[in-house]
Amino acid sequence: MKRTSWFVTIATALGFAFLYIPIISLIIFSFNKSKLVTVWAGFSVKWYGKLFSDPQILGAAWISLKIAFVSASLALVLGTLGALVLVRFRRFHGKSLLSGMITAPLVMPDVIIGLSLLLLFVAMESMFGWPAGRGLTTIIIAHTTFCMAYVAVVVQSRLIDMDESLEEAALDLGAKPVRVFFDVTLPMISPALVSGWLLSFTLSLDDLVIASFVSGPGASTLPMVIFSKVRLGVSPDINALATIIIVIVGIGVVIASTQMKSRKVS
Amino acid sequence: MTAQTPILPVQAILRRLARHGRSLVIAVPLWWLIVFFLIPFAVVAKISFAEAIIARPPYSSLVDWTSEGVLLLKLHLSNYGYLLEDSLYVLAYWSSIQMAFFSTLIALVVAYPMAYYIARTSERRRNVLLMLIILPFWTSFLLRVYAWIGILKTNGIINNALMSLGLTSEPFIMLQTNFAVYVGIVYTYLPFMVLPLFTNLVKLDNSLLEASADLGASPITTFFKVTLPLSVPGIIAGSMLVFIPVVGEFVIPALLGGPDTLMIGKVLWGEFFNNRDWPVASAVAIVMLVLLIIPIMLLRNAQEASAEAAR
Repeated sequence: MKRTSWFVTIATALGFAFLYIPIISLIIFSFNKSKLVTVWAGFSVKWYGKLFSDPQILGAAWISLKIAFVSASLALVLGTLGALVLVRFRRFHGKSLLSGMITAPLVMPDVIIGLSLLLLFVAMESMFGWPAGRGLTTIIIAHTTFCMAYVAVVVQSRLIDMDESLEEAALDLGAKPVRVFFDVTLPMISPALVSGWLLSFTLSLDDLVIASFVSGPGASTLPMVIFSKVRLGVSPDINALATIIIVIVGIGVVIASTQMKSRKVS
Repeated sequence: MTAQTPILPVQAILRRLARHGRSLVIAVPLWWLIVFFLIPFAVVAKISFAEAIIARPPYSSLVDWTSEGVLLLKLHLSNYGYLLEDSLYVLAYWSSIQMAFFSTLIALVVAYPMAYYIARTSERRRNVLLMLIILPFWTSFLLRVYAWIGILKTNGIINNALMSLGLTSEPFIMLQTNFAVYVGIVYTYLPFMVLPLFTNLVKLDNSLLEASADLGASPITTFFKVTLPLSVPGIIAGSMLVFIPVVGEFVIPALLGGPDTLMIGKVLWGEFFNNRDWPVASAVAIVMLVLLIIPIMLLRNAQEASAEAAR
């Protein structure tokens, strides 16, 4: 281990405290008896009960889960194709266009993506009659578009690290490119595919701005409901919801990372 | 005539697909992005030249056939004129850029020691710390911003702690100020700064630092003369990953900022959802996009440089 000065160590510790204090406070106050989110009045799980009897939140959560599942899966296919094409295909028409477009949604402000897609959907509807109105379909298209950027980045870095000679060997032995992809490339990039899908799923579940633009009546996602509640002030049942999400994600990330470690060892 | 096995139409289609497989594999992601990423910008640009009308959709069409059979193209530059005339918009752009700049700077100062520490610690600890950096990114962004409301508000955690310790008799007003917006932005975007810096610093050759120390440079001199210059690509990549989205940030100023927090993302949202003026909202978006072109180019160059270095 290389020596680092005490200044760096303390600054790092403070940085991590800064990252985790808000999350810890969310969890602690979700078990607070009082309605005041910030004054401790004893342990209680009543906000969890209130959360699970709130039809508005449950309905929105179901809609969001459906959207996240479909968009993450579509983004996985499209993003993987994009990454594969950019890393493995030498030169083709539109390569620089594709590489520019595929990473741009990562940094593009949400308000611009949301507004531009909404205007596209409105223009398409008046020209072709599709998509008729806005709702689940339009949110799924929008989420797929920005999630595929994340999938592409994750898969791309995995493909660059990967040894190309295995694929070449399979091709030399006469395997068709499609077969090589499914039998050689796919198993090797599978960890990147898993993390790309999970990342897309959580990003879709979390998006407020883009969904607000492209959503229609009857398609309120979970972040939209949370946002309208939070604007009216803090409420402990939102803390309970946050705690549930944090616990699920925490368990998922720990399992995923130990899985990958054991795979590395074997 | 030789006997030929009849080819089923399905087989023929599959064969044709296989022959064109390569272009098909390219076309699917390429066309998806052209239709759902590139063309939308053209639509926004088009509507930014339209006029707001009370109709569905609420904007005028640019092209009209007059009764004499003349094709009329009407471009309303008024939306852009409006942005210049009303000082609200100019101020909002300026304060967004200012806030994005300063929060990028603060994030850089906070993230640098963290990335440095993670890059130079033992591998076991490095993996745990990296996971801790990424973990918040996986939990809801909206809820993490929400957490700061409880911490910063007048009867929130910080004020309660300060007052019970007797450090202050009056609570500090922190929520609904620009201070709260800065805290929220630095907090949410910190991982975006740490990760590229880490990727860069982890490649730093230790022998360079040793050589610098052997030649009598103090650790501080070594840092400013060796470590910092070598990490410039990481600094640029991290800074742009923070700066660009923050310029258009909506959620953080909406939840933590006050009525005098001017940010262009909030203005665009208001034009669209409250005033229902789609053409002005489009013009706001186009100007924002133009302002962001240079930072986006910088980011692309930094990413390409680091991709080259990885090869």
